[in-house]
Amino acid sequence: MASRINLDRILKILEATSSLEGIQDVIEKVRDLFEIDHIVYHWVDSAGDQYGCGTYSDEWVQRYLEQEYLRTDPVITGCYQRFHPVDWKRLDWSSKPARVFLDDALKHGVGNQGYSIPIRGPNGQFALFSISHNCDDLVWEKFTEKHSRDLILLAHYFNRKALDFEPDRAPEQSRTLSPREVDVMTLLAMGYSRAQVAETLSISEHTLRVYIESARFKLGALNTTHAIARAMSRGLIVV
Amino acid sequence: MLRYIYANDLHKFSDLAHSMFVDRADQFKTRLGWDVAVDSSGEERDEYDTLNPLYVIWEQPDGSHGGSMRFLPTTGRVMVNDIFGHLTDGVSICSPFIWECTRFCLSRDASSKVAGALMLGGGEIMRNFSIDHFVGVFDRRMIRIYRAIGSSPDVLGSEGQGRDQINVGLWEFSPGAYDIVAQRSGIAPEISRMWFDRSFGGPTDLPMALSA
Repeated sequence: MASRINLDRILKILEATSSLEGIQDVIEKVRDLFEIDHIVYHWVDSAGDQYGCGTYSDEWVQRYLEQEYLRTDPVITGCYQRFHPVDWKRLDWSSKPARVFLDDALKHGVGNQGYSIPIRGPNGQFALFSISHNCDDLVWEKFTEKHSRDLILLAHYFNRKALDFEPDRAPEQSRTLSPREVDVMTLLAMGYSRAQVAETLSISEHTLRVYIESARFKLGALNTTHAIARAMSRGLIVV
Repeated sequence: MLRYIYANDLHKFSDLAHSMFVDRADQFKTRLGWDVAVDSSGEERDEYDTLNPLYVIWEQPDGSHGGSMRFLPTTGRVMVNDIFGHLTDGVSICSPFIWECTRFCLSRDASSKVAGALMLGGGEIMRNFSIDHFVGVFDRRMIRIYRAIGSSPDVLGSEGQGRDQINVGLWEFSPGAYDIVAQRSGIAPEISRMWFDRSFGGPTDLPMALSA
């Protein structure tokens, strides 16, 4: 799938980025790739400082800050401290301030549909990755159904990058592959089928899927093929 | 009925929450003899309860706890990686599509259908939040119960004997598995969805239609 290849390319650019401007550039590329109106990534680090980047107009960002919408925005209140992805339709828009906010957001072109992925990082770090668009419910439902998994991965990979910017950060253990995961990825790279890998390692195929999934995520890849390519290019596996 | 409640909302259901933690003390300390901490009000809690987990709780007709389980994303701190890494081949399980399920608890007065109802709640989470797998920590007795409700996990590893045995297992989502659990639980999928929507907000197009 062409878009998957493009998305993998964008992820590599993200990985190589060492500045906030770089993240901003990547977020615009992702927005264009998905052909949606907006993507916003917003995080609060462990010291309580806030950062954001995204494709909203400067006018809306200014307005949001001036009106202190952070306090009333149902997307923020509905996602903070949680960890499940949320379609904006499921949030509580019933209060007067929420409706005022919504009206203003629509006027500023945020879009009438949205989907947010909350992320909890280490030491109280919190981030929110949101996409929004203008379309009818059916179109939106199809879009989120088709792309939610890639968006969830993207959200986490953006957050991983943002965490790199935290000062005095200890290297993250969770991104290194365990010997078992190295075995799994090596055998897959050698062309073994999943059934053959499972048999060779005396584990069930079900367990194997979880090990592959874990390795894929640690390697920052979209799928198994990309994960193997990354493991090889980083010298983590030798075939 | 099933409720899905994040820890920071438990105060809105204080009686239900209290009876859950008391039932956990009864199951894990009194009946299983696990080395868990029970406080002066008789509640069993551990450090993972402080990470704002999501609880799925069966509420009895009288408002008390009938059974529950606790979820945390494996992208953060979880028991299976912190404590039971040696039971998973040393693989630290970490993915936004895998959640950890722990403290699966049934009250002494719970009817036989509560375990199935909880598992159906797990199925709703998987379907709605793009979760492919749960990785769980459970006692030996649960293996039989999981089989009875049509949802046997793949056991990754075990340690200990008899009632001390602790297992780490995996569940995988498939629509077929959801249908089997729904059928065995005796709960219509529409009802299960209604409970889910009540906790997480149903899809409503009311305010968003302003722009249409």
